[in-house]
Amino acid sequence: MEIRTLFFATYRDIAGAEELLVTLPAGASVRDLVHELRARGTAWQAFPTDPAAAVNLNYAPLSTPLAAGDEVAFIPPVSGG
Amino acid sequence: MSDRCVVTINPIDPCSALDGCISDQDGAAILFLGTVRNHNDGREVGHLDYQAYAPMAEATLYEIVAEAHQRWDTGGISVIHRYGRLEIGDISVAIAVASPHRAEAFEASRYIIEELKKRAPIWKREGYLSGESEWLQGSTPVPPSEG
Repeated sequence: MEIRTLFFATYRDIAGAEELLVTLPAGASVRDLVHELRARGTAWQAFPTDPAAAVNLNYAPLSTPLAAGDEVAFIPPVSGG
Repeated sequence: MSDRCVVTINPIDPCSALDGCISDQDGAAILFLGTVRNHNDGREVGHLDYQAYAPMAEATLYEIVAEAHQRWDTGGISVIHRYGRLEIGDISVAIAVASPHRAEAFEASRYIIEELKKRAPIWKREGYLSGESEWLQGSTPVPPSEG
């Protein structure tokens, strides 16, 4: 399945992209998505093993199972205002 | 009474934040503005770049506004947050709260800006006069516990 994955701020700098389409096996979780990204090379070692994440606009734990068409956003510490 | 939460790249007209907030039972309305200052932590700031996960940020702002309504007797509330490049003196956020009595408007406004800074998926990078730039150390949002 393909998961649209969004990056912001420092995570966008690491990813070098605003969004990536990541292919994962059926049944994969947000944690599996993190593992897949961190395996992509040395630049990705700066990406945390336990980032805050949102699935379809809601904060969600890393154990959340994903389904085709889900949108995952990784949320670095926020600094609005 | 109506509420409105907007995350936008367009400049904020501060008076427009009050539009629709005040109804006949309200006796007070306050307008909070966050503006871009020219210094932070001893460094000279030339501009800010904001990023936002706009659809989630708007949903988060509506959640915070709903919490404010639960805690205080207020009238209409609007929250407008900008993203993109902002110059010194630009308005980054406007919060308008109407209420029957003034105390509730002040307290609800304070609650909304504090929660926004903790939870809304919005980020700012300071561009310094030295030419360097840095994402600010922010607040880690608290996700739901592992289920």
